[in-house]
Amino acid sequence: MRFALSAEQNDFSAALDDYLSTADCDAAARAWADDDLGPGMKLWHGLSALGLLDLLDSGGSLVDLVVAFERLGYHAVPGPWVETAAVLPALAIGSGGRLASVVLPPHVPYGLDADVSDLRLLLVDDGVHEFEPGERLKSVDRARRLFRPEPGARIGDGVPLAFEHGALATAAQLLGAGEWLLATSVAYAKQRKQYGREIGSYQAIKHLLADTVTALELARPLLYAAALTASARDVSAAKVAAGQAASLAARTGLQVHGAIGYTAEHGLGLRLTKVRALVGVWGTPAFHRGRVLA
Amino acid sequence: MDLDLPESTLAFRAEVRDWLAEHVVTLPSFDTAEGFALHREWEAELADARLSVVSWPEEFGGRDASLVDWLVFEEEYYAAGAPGRVNQNGLFMLAPTLFSHGTPEQQARILPKMARSEEVWAQAWSEPEAGSDIAALRSTATRTSDGWLLSGQKTWSSRAAFADKAFGLFRSDPAEVRHRGLTYFMIDLRADGVQVRPIAQLDGEPGFAELFFDEVFVPDEDVIGEPGAGWRVAMTTANNERGLSLRSPGRFLATAERLVRLWSETRDPALADRVADAWIGARAYQLYTFGTATRLVEGAALGPESSVNKLFWSQLDVSMHETALELLGPAAEVAGDWPDGWLFSLAGPIYGGTDQIQRNIVAERLLGLPRGDR
Ligand SMILES: Cc1cc2nc3c(=O)[nH]c(=O)nc-3n(C[C@H](O)[C@H](O)[C@H](O)COP(=O)(O)OP(=O)(O)OC[C@H]3O[C@@H](n4cnc5c(N)ncnc54)[C@H](O)[C@@H]3O)c2cc1C
Repeated sequence: MRFALSAEQNDFSAALDDYLSTADCDAAARAWADDDLGPGMKLWHGLSALGLLDLLDSGGSLVDLVVAFERLGYHAVPGPWVETAAVLPALAIGSGGRLASVVLPPHVPYGLDADVSDLRLLLVDDGVHEFEPGERLKSVDRARRLFRPEPGARIGDGVPLAFEHGALATAAQLLGAGEWLLATSVAYAKQRKQYGREIGSYQAIKHLLADTVTALELARPLLYAAALTASARDVSAAKVAAGQAASLAARTGLQVHGAIGYTAEHGLGLRLTKVRALVGVWGTPAFHRGRVLA
Repeated sequence: MDLDLPESTLAFRAEVRDWLAEHVVTLPSFDTAEGFALHREWEAELADARLSVVSWPEEFGGRDASLVDWLVFEEEYYAAGAPGRVNQNGLFMLAPTLFSHGTPEQQARILPKMARSEEVWAQAWSEPEAGSDIAALRSTATRTSDGWLLSGQKTWSSRAAFADKAFGLFRSDPAEVRHRGLTYFMIDLRADGVQVRPIAQLDGEPGFAELFFDEVFVPDEDVIGEPGAGWRVAMTTANNERGLSLRSPGRFLATAERLVRLWSETRDPALADRVADAWIGARAYQLYTFGTATRLVEGAALGPESSVNKLFWSQLDVSMHETALELLGPAAEVAGDWPDGWLFSLAGPIYGGTDQIQRNIVAERLLGLPRGDR
């Protein structure tokens, strides 16, 4: 038993961080929300060049996938990554670099970026169908561009692992978003002064942040274990815990930042709203808790 | 990254499981005189099977088992419903301290008797005026020709009502303050000048005691580490108490599995989420511990992250038991495993450094936030 990331996995994670830190992902996410897909597609191609799109098809493990999605969540990278990089391989469909939108009712009722996706798949009754983008809906996370699906022809059989992959990748994004929220809040608490002292020297703030790091640190091993076993119970445990930890990080982050965190100009809101969206999609907490007890 | 257990661990697990299936007994609480004596017998039986201290070196009664084997042992132990460890303060706090700071003579003299619970140890740290702020302690140690004379008062010492020995810090240099000038002693609770006054806990049993010391003689051979350097020695003990050794994941997983079984008798939908969260939390703690074990095997030391452990398990334990009591409804007030476990769980956020203190440690030493007023 060796329950830790390998040196290669840590390097991969660091390489993604290097790339994404210089790429201004927040600006890309805001542009994406305003239907300016240019900067986001640049990220898409850059990450594709780093091997992210065909990670699983080119021999990568689910643990590698989780490592990658943690970074995507951390940097709030926009676009249908879960569908394209995590779910398509489970359906044995190659993306060929194209964007995919996947709907899986009732857990994934709307197609993400369906209008610009080349592949639009609706998974129902163990079958894979095509769909057309219908009415556009506004997500709480403005960078999630949602469309109601108009079902089309059946083109193949569904694979049960599709849901596990989607839930796992979503959980990893949640954890990553939570990590960003914590790191940014800790940095802010060390620098922001009120009453003549750094706010991070006040216990009320310290204790919020200590509880947040505890929740995140204990959610991460669930995620890795789920990537190893891909069992329904482990995937569900990971999704619930990552969602809870990220939600705590979001609320804590907003409280620590005060009003600046409530503005659209700050990156906090990008993660706070994404966390809320991701908690509900690919299985609600209630659904996943049910699977834990099944 | 993998979760596969080596062949040798699987074989060991099978041996432990078989042995426990044949030998596990249900004992009364070790906080009663009768229960305490029966627990000593149980510990001797465990020791005969060389299962009381599996991770220790063989010369002291152990099996040199790896950290992973020990974790697996703990899982089996609690899953089998085996009794709590009456000598846990000795096994999980004093022993690691002796392994890091004790002399070979001390190890040879003390550890084998501890392994069989021939000597049961109590932790004598807290004082009436020194709880969270342990460096404010006032008990003193005065030098004599071949040892020390201890005076003062300790309190809330678990198991001390019936224990044989105690370990704790005393101020040996009156000119020094706070963390300096403290010395770490092992004390015979039957020595002249020691008075033990049992204190009843919430369940009415004498689970802890006050200790009064009036010029109690302690020989030099019972000092751990250098005189005056007791604080550093004590920190080893504290990290063990908060970290994984005192509260291995085995007991929480066992409790979570019991809770899931209890829930499935009624499938009360109103409590389903809390039951699921309990299981998820126990599984998370198990996996987190596997990660810690990997790091330790690869040479890392336990640091402030043991405070993360403590915060997590102390709250998990309370919430699992509260959920069980809700499931039991009005029957929850009737004495039994769940209400007893609940009372015990309530102490978790207090002992071993309160959860507020752990949050301070996590915030300052792990996250690097500035120190505030104390
Ligand atoms: C069942 C049980 C068994 C125990 N067993 C032992 C034992 O075997 N040996 C032993 O030596 N001791 C033992 N203790 C004592 C335990 O270690 C102390 O109770 C603990 O350290 C807290 O000290 P206190 O009770 O004096 O509370 P105090 O330190 O007075 O704290 C009271 C409250 O104030 C808070 N507080 C204090 N300082 C701060 C701060 N700086 N920031 C924020 N909040 C703060 C605390 O968190 C707590 O909520 C045991 C306690 C219990 C309940």
